[in-house]
Amino acid sequence: MQKSLKVAVLRFPGTNCEFDTQYAFEKLGHETVLVWHENKSLPEDIDLVVVPGGFSYGDYLRSGAIARFSPVMEAVKAYAGQGGNVLGICNGFQILTEAGLLPGALKRNNNLHFISKHQTLKVVNNDNAFLNRCEKDEVLNIPIAHADGNYYIDDEGLAELEANGQVLLRYCDTEGNPVVVNGSVTSIAGVCNAKKNVFGLMPHPERALEAILGSEDGVKMLKGFEA
Amino acid sequence: MTAIVNVFLKEGVLDPQGKAAHHALDSLGFEGVKDVRIGKQIVIELDTDDRSKAEAEVKEMCETLLANTVIEDYTIEIH
Repeated sequence: MQKSLKVAVLRFPGTNCEFDTQYAFEKLGHETVLVWHENKSLPEDIDLVVVPGGFSYGDYLRSGAIARFSPVMEAVKAYAGQGGNVLGICNGFQILTEAGLLPGALKRNNNLHFISKHQTLKVVNNDNAFLNRCEKDEVLNIPIAHADGNYYIDDEGLAELEANGQVLLRYCDTEGNPVVVNGSVTSIAGVCNAKKNVFGLMPHPERALEAILGSEDGVKMLKGFEA
Repeated sequence: MTAIVNVFLKEGVLDPQGKAAHHALDSLGFEGVKDVRIGKQIVIELDTDDRSKAEAEVKEMCETLLANTVIEDYTIEIH
């Protein structure tokens, strides 16, 4: 029988995807709890922390730069340090890189536009708690909506990511060939940490749950945490 | 004292805003523009007259918050 998860969804001033994220996990049969950024601790017995999308602190200074100093982020660091699963989506990905929980950084898109559209993604590595229900090289259709999604990491860092299987997703065409969407190094759309318990991606799986709305590929991504 | 912090993307990290401004300057007919980089300037008023203390403090501010040293370099001027 499927285990029901307890999912903590963080909320900062300016977060705007927290309810979509709750809807997504609840639709999959899980329990969610919103956690305000001023909380110094996370709820007991949680199975996953999600840092959702939005514009925390108005993206002032840099996207995610202020949010990472919120009291709750200390608790998230401790939780991740103990091996707890953490997922950052869009602004959540930016916050996790700023917090040093994920390698690299997210810059302004190379065309300077806010890009909002459905985008095909290739699953690069699936031997992790997030993408284990996806096939390696599978092409997924997931919406993106960001201005600062241009992933940067230096050559040495990239080599490490590749060697450890930390690249999760790349932007691709429908055949799975990498495409330039926002200028990301080697078209990277998502990465994880070396321990493979902290995950970040710019695309929004919580917005891809119903075929009638364009795609349900987000379901198998989010269900990965049930394993 | 006043600290002026300039934050720029590191050499070798593509600056899309600088590139767009460079392209616009070319289009407007400005000749001889070799490179354009866009950064930000942060002006901090400090409640101290101790220059070395101010420098040390502002450096820590840059490392902690004002710059993301994965992609950015910074300079500090103290007046």
